[in-house]
Amino acid sequence: MIRDITIGQYYPAESRIHRLDPRVKIVCTLLFLVSLFVQSSLLGYVIATVFLGGVIKLSKVPLKYIVKGLKPIVILLLFTVVMNLFLTQGGEKLVHFWIFTITENGLRTSVFMAVRLMYLVAGSSIMTFTTSPNGLTDGMEKLLHPLNKVNVPVHEVAMMMSIALRFIPILLEETDKIMKAQMARGADFESGNIIQRAKAMIPILVPLFVSAFRRANDLAMAMEARCYHGGEGRTKMKPLKYKTRDRMAYIITVVYVAAVFAAGRFVDFKLWIF
Amino acid sequence: MSIALEHINYVYSPGTAYEKQALKDVCLEIPQGQFVGIIGHTGSGKSTLIQHLNGLTRATSGRILYEGKDIYEEGFDMRWLRSQVGLVFQYPEHQLFEVDVLSDVCFGPKNQGLSQEECEERAKEALELGGFPEKYYRQSPFELSGGQKRRVAIAGVLAMRPKVLVLDEPTAGLDPKGRDEILDQVERLHKETGMTVILVSHSMEDVARYVERIIVMNRGEKMLDGTPREVFRHYKELEKVGLAAPQVTYVMHDLKERGFDLSPDATTIEEAADEIMRSLS
Repeated sequence: MIRDITIGQYYPAESRIHRLDPRVKIVCTLLFLVSLFVQSSLLGYVIATVFLGGVIKLSKVPLKYIVKGLKPIVILLLFTVVMNLFLTQGGEKLVHFWIFTITENGLRTSVFMAVRLMYLVAGSSIMTFTTSPNGLTDGMEKLLHPLNKVNVPVHEVAMMMSIALRFIPILLEETDKIMKAQMARGADFESGNIIQRAKAMIPILVPLFVSAFRRANDLAMAMEARCYHGGEGRTKMKPLKYKTRDRMAYIITVVYVAAVFAAGRFVDFKLWIF
Repeated sequence: MSIALEHINYVYSPGTAYEKQALKDVCLEIPQGQFVGIIGHTGSGKSTLIQHLNGLTRATSGRILYEGKDIYEEGFDMRWLRSQVGLVFQYPEHQLFEVDVLSDVCFGPKNQGLSQEECEERAKEALELGGFPEKYYRQSPFELSGGQKRRVAIAGVLAMRPKVLVLDEPTAGLDPKGRDEILDQVERLHKETGMTVILVSHSMEDVARYVERIIVMNRGEKMLDGTPREVFRHYKELEKVGLAAPQVTYVMHDLKERGFDLSPDATTIEEAADEIMRSLS
């Protein structure tokens, strides 16, 4: 049910990608996403495919997981493809029936759009699959650190994010437990019309809220008991530090981006209309 | 009139990185009316095991028979089973949600499709059985003390009039007085109504005083199964898996080793005292 959504989930494994500094993964993912959208040459996409495939292979995350992550965007994907296919005009007309016309440009845009969206999701889920939530917020905090100068409370926001992320599995587990406890008392969540079903949620939601508030209260107490007072002067147990492999990753990504740009600009490589 | 588990296996999140076998080939039969203790270390599979008893968790393989009927068979009424096998979860007070105590206890009977009067009647009966003072019936369950909340939650299960009562760590987080009160109440229930009681705990001392049979779980497997005496004879093995026999067991074994002529099988302090007196006289 809720557990089936793989996008945004962490997949624990020992791989080169997992070991990279989270900052590298965030920056490189952004670069990859930019590289997808600023160009539209066939060769560029071939290079992107090779790059993405290589990273997936290195990350040891099963391909099945990444494909599962694409499921939630299927509808969006279909919508985009259909819209682009029929609404983009220009170039030679390929098919024409009734009020629909598919043109060369339309076909090209829709195929490229589909590829972009799929790679976008696959690329960013590789980042979340290989980086623990805490690693991500750590990296984010460090990357956004300069914003402190303009009075953005970066540390506080990062702390809130990591607490929120930390609580997701806890609350899921809690929901599961409360659901089971109410089912043991004969509660039925599956039958009935929409109003009955909404009503059936009350025995879950009330205890869940009570427990969320209790946990928040306990956590605040525990943090204060350990003298937590925000970001200023706070040190880290495991400070983020770039190592050789992180620099290598940056170099490879930059080379990749350069290659994609060069392919779009200087190489004339065409297959049919693409 | 019994529950039988046949070769139950249960695997968590199969096919993912989190895959874990929680139960391994568990076979078990619990006759009606028995007072059983299930003991095991954290993560030994005891909580998973009891969730199988009322069909909340479905075994990966194996069969469960309740009164001779296979509960996984097509068309088996799971809600009926859940009213027959009442399961009280760990920290059951976390499931309270109604505006007052009485309506919360009514939730179970209401789900059984009983009328309002009948629900209230059963709720009152259950609260009384659980030793809950009547003056608090109309109070919000959230304003009660921890021990009282737990009584309300247990009454919420009792109100369905189950034939089998399963309690998962019913004394967790209670002070010694609250613990003894709850356990004494459960014992009285067992004696007065003759229902099967299955008590899950990690405290040997708690369990030894009350139950007729102990099942020791370790890493998802049934390790020992027998009367407290039989089980505590294996106290050295119990220690190896991070459990301990009651302290009297150690005292009695020590005494025997030092030359006293007594049987070291006593499981409660009273028994031990009698045995020591006997050997001295």
